[in-house]
Amino acid sequence: MNITIPELSLVVLVGPSGCGKSSFAREHFKPTEVISSDFCRGLVSDNENDQTATSDAFDVLHYIARKRLAAGRLTVVDATNVQVEARKPLVALAREFHVLPVAIVLNLPEKLCHERNQNRQDRQFGPHVVRNQSQQLRRSIRGLEREGFRHVFTMSSPEEVAGASITRQSLWNNLKEQHGPFDIIGDVHGCGEELNALLGQLGYRIETGLAGPKVIPPDGRRAVFVGDLVDRGPKIPEVLRLVMKMVEEGTAFCVPGNHDMKLMRKLKGRDVQLTHGLADSVEQIERETPEFTQAVIKFLDDLVSHYVFDGGKLVVAHAGMKEEMQGRGSGKVRDFALYGETTGETDEYGLPVRYNWAAEYRGKAMVVYGHTPVAEPEWLNRTINIDTGCVFGGKLTALRYPEKELVSVPALQTYYKSVKPFLAEEESAPALTAQQQLDDLLNIEDVIGKRIIQTRLHRSITIREENATTALEVMSRWASNPKWLIYLPPTMSPCGTSKRDGLLEHPEEAFAYFLHEGVHKVVCEQKHMGSRAVVVVCRNADAARTRFGIMEGEIGVCYTRTGRRFFNEARLESEFLDRVRKAVEVAGVWESLNTDWICLDCELMPWSAKAQELLRLQYAPTGAAARAALPAAITALAAAAGNPEIASLVDQYHQRKEAADLYVESYRRYCWTVESLADLKLAPFHILASEGIVHSVKDHVWHMETLAEICKADPDLLFTTPFLTVDLTDPSDKEKGIQWWEQLTASGGEGMVVKPLDFVAKGRTGLAQPAVKVRGREYLRIIYGLEYTMPNNLERLKSRGLGAKRSLALREFALGLESLERFVHKEPLRRVHECVFGVLALESEPVDPRL
Amino acid sequence: MCPAQTGHIYCPKIFEGRSGRALVLPLALNDQVRTPAQLLEAESKQRLQLRFLHCPRIISTMLLTITTTHNPATDLGYLLHKNPERMHSFELSFGKAHLFYPEATPECCTAALLLDVDPVGLVRGKRGRHEGGTLDQYVNDRPYVLSSLLSVAMGRALGTAMTGRSKGRQELADRKIPLTATLAVVACRGGEPLLRELFEPLGYEVNAAHHPLDEKFPEWGEGPYYTVTLKGIVRLQDLLNHLYVLVPVLDAEKHYWIGQDEVEKLLRKGEGWLAAHPHKEAIVKRYLPRQTQLAREALAQLAEEDNPDPDAKEEAHSEEEMKMEEPIRLWQQRMGAVVAVLRSSGAKRVLDLGCGEGKLLRSLLQEKALTEIVGMDVSYRSLEIASRNLHLDRMPSKQKERLKLIHGSLMYRDKRLAGYDAATVVEVIEHLDAPRLAAFERVLFEAARPKTVIVTTPNAEYNVKFDTLPAGQFRHKDHRFEWTRKQFQQWSGRMSERFGYGVRFLPIGEEDSQVGAPTQMGVFSL
Repeated sequence: MNITIPELSLVVLVGPSGCGKSSFAREHFKPTEVISSDFCRGLVSDNENDQTATSDAFDVLHYIARKRLAAGRLTVVDATNVQVEARKPLVALAREFHVLPVAIVLNLPEKLCHERNQNRQDRQFGPHVVRNQSQQLRRSIRGLEREGFRHVFTMSSPEEVAGASITRQSLWNNLKEQHGPFDIIGDVHGCGEELNALLGQLGYRIETGLAGPKVIPPDGRRAVFVGDLVDRGPKIPEVLRLVMKMVEEGTAFCVPGNHDMKLMRKLKGRDVQLTHGLADSVEQIERETPEFTQAVIKFLDDLVSHYVFDGGKLVVAHAGMKEEMQGRGSGKVRDFALYGETTGETDEYGLPVRYNWAAEYRGKAMVVYGHTPVAEPEWLNRTINIDTGCVFGGKLTALRYPEKELVSVPALQTYYKSVKPFLAEEESAPALTAQQQLDDLLNIEDVIGKRIIQTRLHRSITIREENATTALEVMSRWASNPKWLIYLPPTMSPCGTSKRDGLLEHPEEAFAYFLHEGVHKVVCEQKHMGSRAVVVVCRNADAARTRFGIMEGEIGVCYTRTGRRFFNEARLESEFLDRVRKAVEVAGVWESLNTDWICLDCELMPWSAKAQELLRLQYAPTGAAARAALPAAITALAAAAGNPEIASLVDQYHQRKEAADLYVESYRRYCWTVESLADLKLAPFHILASEGIVHSVKDHVWHMETLAEICKADPDLLFTTPFLTVDLTDPSDKEKGIQWWEQLTASGGEGMVVKPLDFVAKGRTGLAQPAVKVRGREYLRIIYGLEYTMPNNLERLKSRGLGAKRSLALREFALGLESLERFVHKEPLRRVHECVFGVLALESEPVDPRL
Repeated sequence: MCPAQTGHIYCPKIFEGRSGRALVLPLALNDQVRTPAQLLEAESKQRLQLRFLHCPRIISTMLLTITTTHNPATDLGYLLHKNPERMHSFELSFGKAHLFYPEATPECCTAALLLDVDPVGLVRGKRGRHEGGTLDQYVNDRPYVLSSLLSVAMGRALGTAMTGRSKGRQELADRKIPLTATLAVVACRGGEPLLRELFEPLGYEVNAAHHPLDEKFPEWGEGPYYTVTLKGIVRLQDLLNHLYVLVPVLDAEKHYWIGQDEVEKLLRKGEGWLAAHPHKEAIVKRYLPRQTQLAREALAQLAEEDNPDPDAKEEAHSEEEMKMEEPIRLWQQRMGAVVAVLRSSGAKRVLDLGCGEGKLLRSLLQEKALTEIVGMDVSYRSLEIASRNLHLDRMPSKQKERLKLIHGSLMYRDKRLAGYDAATVVEVIEHLDAPRLAAFERVLFEAARPKTVIVTTPNAEYNVKFDTLPAGQFRHKDHRFEWTRKQFQQWSGRMSERFGYGVRFLPIGEEDSQVGAPTQMGVFSL
């Protein structure tokens, strides 16, 4: 006996104890596909035959079955299942997960079952058990289909069982092997001329011959119709003829629409009301031959509720498809595909209010659908409705896949008056897109808990729950509007610890690191001692609204590395942003990058502007205390210097005093009073992204040079970062780099940042560090303490591990670029926010903050 | 099964069911994660342990000198048990202390105790405790100021002298002699007045030289550092004990954990003088910072010793109380009003959004009519404290079933908040950035949509009545705005219109005819 079952189904084995269910399951299914009640009994009670554990065992069985079905895996239930009460929950389970329930019945002679049980040590129960079960089975067999089993296979002899084979059949909707490219076409509703025009525009050649139209698609492409070919429009038979032909010849796929199905029922002679334009279809088809009518019935009857294409990446259905229903088959799935879901309410026009499934859609597959006319197709969480109401005088639209391009032709006329005006012409176009409206509020389940974020650059990055906990507080209490937060900068590791006397860091180690990673050319950029700032600036408030969904009239934002607004005063911020905007404009960058917005990675100086509190409460007091106490100590020691033990201390304390003075000098260098914009300096060093592109594809020299142009436009505010490129294979070049660093730090600079020439550089294993800092000797007093240079201190400080810091830097770097990529690709805000939130969460990992 | 059910791993799903169990806060955040505050410091590039930001600084001098002009002055060596000819060094956990004599003549003798604190060791020493890096700072004033570290050093170097015993000069040790102590430097938050208040009653002439924080940046304010000279005719033992107790008191922060034995130490070193000191309460409280229970015990024991004037005690106490009670009464009134409104709404299932450390939750638990109480806060640490304050772990299971604590944010839509009868948002909105109120409004009124919403916020007009509050300043450092009654009512009106709630207003606290009540409340109902 050949048993054909759908590849995704819930297979219920039915038969009394001893009929050979388990052996049958072992032979035909993978061990993990089979859940046996005996096994579950063993799980909960350590005894597979403990009947008192039956109830718990079935709880476990159902639980496992649920998990498997939810994940879309074929599941076999190996239990007697001879009672209707036992089968009922299984049928319900199959329905819940939209898979087909299949019954395989082993109706073997009672005697045989009993004998088999007798031969087993662990099943010493009387003949009445099998007898009862067999009776129950016989009573059940006829009702199985009524109970909801879509396929029932019964075997009555051991020979039949032995000879059985099982074939798994793909679901009709599974076209994962079809990879496209496709042209997905919206609701046609008999608009034949527009369809021809659209196909023409898409590059399809239509030849009309005696045998009807023949469509020749452009190279390798195929059309997919989202349904509702019929009703309302003027050329229903023509449209049907064309589409049927294309489907027949394999140049098109078609899913059914609700109108198509209603027409089919009418043509089959059912009693259907001639409303919503059905009368047009009926009238037009009546003029055709009966053969044509039969062909239409057959065509419509064969349509499959929805299709899953391209390895699961594309789903086409008439009214949309929720994630949990994709690729499944049940009455509910079909209903959803045809009608969508309604909330049960009706609107002012008496039409049912549709449940906005797309707003909650989180699936990976792109869903293309139609059914409800919209003025403009809009992306929402990877779904798009391409029914642009051609028959109502709108247009006929196609989506090119995978290009995601929309192509449409306008309706030649209004063929049918819509009850509900879908082209709200009297109203101005909505200010925000549907996606932006949805993104106005983010969901907490998209950020909290343990998360694993897939990045293009690195690999998947895990955010631990406790880190997300900290980030939630920071994000909620201090961060600016998430719509502006498209990036948070990564942390940066220092170079390896220098072996030179008196130094903790030196360019040699940075150069050596990159050389060992196989990077031959690096860029050294002057490191600024200010505060890291991300600046997003738009050409105007309009661009801020259309691209960022900002309705408050702002043209940009300037935020810190934790997403907090830099400026407390809105007026100062807008003045500042306006200056940056003008500089970008003067430099002609809007045009050269073809963009209306730009995101810059910068350092904002002075340090004291943001670190006021820290300076007042930690840095200055330490300096003040040291400079007050050390002279007193020196005086006391000097007075007792006759004692040789003390004489050595005097020296040491003089050195300490000197270190304290140097320390105060160090921090003062980065402090000045800020009274207005004129006192601030912004040093941009990366052009992170602009419309359509993340500039990580450009090398750092491009970044530096383009930014220099912008800085030139407003040298009062913008600071051009000096840089030097170094060929690491050329010793004299390296020496130049070292000398440059020495100059920078001798005059009190913080030091420099060494980056591979390419923004993203592959190292020996995975990514190389995107940047490594080499900080100056004096600057490091601020980090490691006033007296860190004292030999016995330095010696201890030299033992420092960089592993954790470097790993963190890479993960944050990958997340940062990922968030930009997602933003640039216009993904929903939650997807961008996930990465931004992730960087903030990673920042709460305990890594030595001095690195 | 969800592992959260075992209580070990925090799993948001646990909260989805309405009959979910009360949250046992499972994440121990200490040491594994940076706190939000530490995270924020990333902005300023260098992070420091916040403890030093919020608390007065450790006060201590690097150098203590004690000079006597008693003739022969070199007898000081006998009193200190330290030979003036030599340098004496001591190894301490935080570095070294050296005792030496810059001057030793019969006319004048000076002993110097120099603390040589090791800044690197201070931080690195803890390696074992925090694997992978500590968050303490290398940039720290501890090496340069005399703090409780001085007391430790004194204990080591001058322990015998502090007991008043002297080999060979016992008579001198028992006598009052002219002594001058110089402390370079101490950090003193209370400034010169505090120094005088502490030392003058003990008979010292106090001279304090102030050191500026940074003369180049006067706008950063005055620093807390002083070089202090104390001159008096006292027993050396007394001087040492005064310094031992009072130097740490100048700064309420101590560098080590404070336990019961600290009380004993305080009483021992304060024997004979502390009980009579007019500021003994302040001294005890600052010596035992944030350990009110310990401070109370110590004060009780001091009272036994001294049996002070009951009137004076009463006076000091009521002054303290006045300061304390005003806000407490307002709090109680606020909670009273919230509970009253909840009662009148007939709510059974209530959300306390921004529950903080659980003050309101405690009152809500007393309300028998409430069958489900959910406290939510964005600060996990606050929830931990709330859980502790409410004794969640020891709560009877019936009671515990009514209460859930959840970590969440009013900036994100949250399914867990849907379907409740009422929500209280007490003194929360003023902590949200005004531009982000838009998200809060939708989260609360549109997504969570409780039938009744109670919002309270300060009435900015009333601020003029707070004497201690400078004009234009908010009541709390974290307040992002404070609204007048008109502003609050306009906002509430907009909410009511936009989301279809009715709204009424209630004043909380004593109402002033001009500026209204200190707190304003809006009650929104569907």
